[in-house]
Amino acid sequence: MSIYMLCLVLFACGLYCILRKRNIIKIIIGIIIAEYGAHLFFILTAYRMQGRSPIYSVEADIKNMVDPLPHALVLTAIVIGLATTALIIAIAMRIYEKYGTFDITKIKELRG
Amino acid sequence: MSREHEKGMSLIVKTITRLTVGLILLYGIYIVSHGHVSPGGGFAGGVIIALSFIHLMLAYGKEVAFKRLSRTVASFFESLGAIMFLVIAILGFTGGYFFLNFIAKGEPFKLFSAGIIPLCNIAICLKVGAGLFGIFVALVLLKLESGEKK
Amino acid sequence: MGASNIIPLFVVIPLAGAFLISLLGKKIKGLADIIGVISGLSLCVLSFYAVRLYNIHGVLTYSVGAWMPPIGIGMIIDGLSAFMLVTVNLVAFCVVVYSLNYMEKYTAKGKFYTLFFLMLSGMNGVIITGDMFNLFVFLEIAAVASYALVAFGTEKHELEAAFKYAVMGTMGSLFVLLGIAFLYGYTSTLNMADMGAVISRKGTGNIVLMVIILFLMGFGLKAALVPFHAWLPDAHPSAPAPISAMLSGVLIKALGVYALCRIFYNVIGVSPLISSILMFMGTLSMVVAGLLAIGQWDYKRLLAYSSISQIGYIILGVGLGTPLGILGGLFHLFNHSIFKSLLFLNSGAVEYTTGTRDLQQMGGLAHKMPVTGATGLIGSMSIAGIPPFSGFWSKLIIIIAAVEAQKFAYAFWAALISILTLAMYVKVLKYAFLGNLAEKWKQIKEVPIFMKLSMSTLAIICMVGGVLLFANINDVFLNRASENLLQGRKYAVMVFKGIRQ
Repeated sequence: MSIYMLCLVLFACGLYCILRKRNIIKIIIGIIIAEYGAHLFFILTAYRMQGRSPIYSVEADIKNMVDPLPHALVLTAIVIGLATTALIIAIAMRIYEKYGTFDITKIKELRG
Repeated sequence: MSREHEKGMSLIVKTITRLTVGLILLYGIYIVSHGHVSPGGGFAGGVIIALSFIHLMLAYGKEVAFKRLSRTVASFFESLGAIMFLVIAILGFTGGYFFLNFIAKGEPFKLFSAGIIPLCNIAICLKVGAGLFGIFVALVLLKLESGEKK
Repeated sequence: MGASNIIPLFVVIPLAGAFLISLLGKKIKGLADIIGVISGLSLCVLSFYAVRLYNIHGVLTYSVGAWMPPIGIGMIIDGLSAFMLVTVNLVAFCVVVYSLNYMEKYTAKGKFYTLFFLMLSGMNGVIITGDMFNLFVFLEIAAVASYALVAFGTEKHELEAAFKYAVMGTMGSLFVLLGIAFLYGYTSTLNMADMGAVISRKGTGNIVLMVIILFLMGFGLKAALVPFHAWLPDAHPSAPAPISAMLSGVLIKALGVYALCRIFYNVIGVSPLISSILMFMGTLSMVVAGLLAIGQWDYKRLLAYSSISQIGYIILGVGLGTPLGILGGLFHLFNHSIFKSLLFLNSGAVEYTTGTRDLQQMGGLAHKMPVTGATGLIGSMSIAGIPPFSGFWSKLIIIIAAVEAQKFAYAFWAALISILTLAMYVKVLKYAFLGNLAEKWKQIKEVPIFMKLSMSTLAIICMVGGVLLFANINDVFLNRASENLLQGRKYAVMVFKGIRQ
C-alpha cells in the first residue's frame, strides 16, 4: 500500500514544483516529475503477487504474468509526455530568446 | 584529415563515433525488424536510430550529420511514416475493419509472421526516428541561431 | 455492420488531410487549401449523415481491428456523439473556409493546416471513442496541437500565453491520467460501457470519489471552469482568429464539457453530490467571468471571458440533471459554438483590416464593413439573448429548468448574468461598429470573399437556430442527445446490445 502512496507523493511533489517555482525550467522539471509519478502509479496497478514480466516466449507458459495492458498504456503515455515536454521546452527557449530571462515574475506581458 | 573533421569534438570521440555509429544504427534496425517477436518495436528502435544520427551530430558538428540526413529529408520521412501507418490501417478495410490484421499471421516466433505488425513497426520507426531527430535539430539550431545573433 | 463503417472516417479523414498537407503542401502551391476545404466539407457532410444513420439504425458501434469490445477499442456513435460531431465539424468547416483568406498573412500556411487537422482529429476522436484510455490519447493529440497553434505567431505575448496554457493543460491531462489509472485499478477494464457496468455492480466506494475529484479537476481545467480558468483569457486571444474560434467554439466543449458529461453521466453515474458540484461550479464561472468580462477593452479578451461565462450556463444546465435542463445545456452548447466562433471570426476580420484589437481605437466600422458589422450584430444579439435569435431560446430553457427544479437562486443568477452579457455586447457594438468613423480608418475595405462567406453562414445559423426546438427536428437531433445523458448507466446495456448485433 505504501508504495502506491509514494507514487502519489511524487505526483504531489511535481505539482508543488509547478505551482511554487518561478523558474520556467524548474516548472518544466515539475511537470516531468508529476508525469513520472502518474506513470509509476499506473504501472503499479498492473502488479500481481509473484508475477513475472509479461513477455511471451517459446518455452514459457502464460501463468503468473503481471497485467501487460498498463505497460502498453504507460508506453503510450510516455510518448505523449515526450511530445508535450519537447513542445514546452521549445516554447521556453523561444521565451528566453524574446525576454532574456527564465523568471516568470519578470515575464508579464499579459495581465490577469 | 579532411575538412569535415575540423569541427566538432576531439579526435578520440570522433574515432570512437566512427567505429560505433554504424553498429548503433544496425542495432536500431534489428530492434525494429525483430520487434514483433521479442521486446522492442517501432518506438524503441526509432529512438535508437535517431540517437545514431544525434551521436554523429554531437561528435562531428551539424554539417556532417545533415549530409547524411538533412532536415527536409527528415521531415519528409516523418510525414511518410505517418501516412504509411494510416494507409496500413485503412487497408484493413479490405477485410471489413479499420486496423484489421489482414495479412496471414504465420507461425509465432518466426521473422515473417504477425501480419501487419512488422509493417506498422517500420512506419512507426520512420515517424519516431525522423521526429526525434527533428526535435533535437530544432532545439539545437534555435539555440545556435539565437547565440549567433548576440 | 454496413452503416457503422463511417465511424472511423471521422478520425481517418482529418489525419490523412494533415499528413498529406505536410507531405505535399510545400511542393504544390494551393494544394494545402484544396485538401483542407475538401476534408472539411466531407467531414461536415458525414457528420450530418451520421445523425441520419443514428436515427435509422440506433446506436452505431465499431470494433477497431475486429477486436470485440471490451477487449478491443470500440468506437460508438450515439445521440450525444452525433450531436457533438455536427457541432464540431460544422464550425471546423466554416473556420477552414475563413482561414483561406485570413492565414495569407502568416508564412507557414501548410503547418497551420497540419496542426489544425490534427486538432480536429483529436476532437472527433474524443467524441466517437468508447474507450477510456483512447479518450486520453485523443485528448492529448488535440491539446498538444492546440498548444502549438496558440504559439503560432511566435510573438512575445503569444509564447507566454502558450506556455501558460501548455503547463495548465498538461496538469489537467495528468489528473485525467491518474483518474484513469484509479478507475482501471478499480474496474479492471478500459471500455467505458463496461466500466459503467462494473461500477454499478461494485458500487461507488472511496476510490470512485477520488476519481470524481480528479476528473473534475482534469476536465475542469480543459473546460476552463472558474477556479481553473486562468489560462483561457490569455490563450484564446493570443491565437490567430480562426484558431481562437476553434478553441473557444468547440475545443473546450469537446475536450471539457463533452468528456465531463459522458464520464459523469454514463460511466460513473450522476449522484446528487456531483450534480450540485456541477451546478455550483457552473454558476460560479458564469458570475465571476461575466463580471471580469465587462471591464475588458481588448475585443478578443472580452470574448474569451464571455466564453467562460457561457460555459458556466452549459454546465449549470447539464448539472441540473432534469430532462429540460440537459436539453437546454446541450442546446446552449450548440448555440455557443456557433455564435462564439462567429464573434471570434468577426474580431479577426476587424483585426485583419484595422490591425488593432483595442475597442477604444475602433468606431464606426459598420459603415466601411457592412457584412462584418451585420454579422457582429447578429452574433452579439444572439449571445446576449435577444428573442428571435438562438441564444435566447437556450438561455430561456435553462432558466425555466432551474426554476422547475426549485433552484431559484441559480435561476436568478442566470437571468442576471444574461443582462450583464447584453451590457457587455452593447459596449462592443457601440465602440467597434456604431458611432462615428474615426479619421484613420477612412481607407479600410471590407474583408475578402471567403471570410464574408463563412461569417454569413454562421450568422444565418444563429438566426434560425431556434428552429432546432421544433418538434420534428428536436426529435432527431437534440432530444436524442439529451436522452443519451439521461439514461445514465444504461449506456452499457445499450452499447453492448449494439456490439452483439
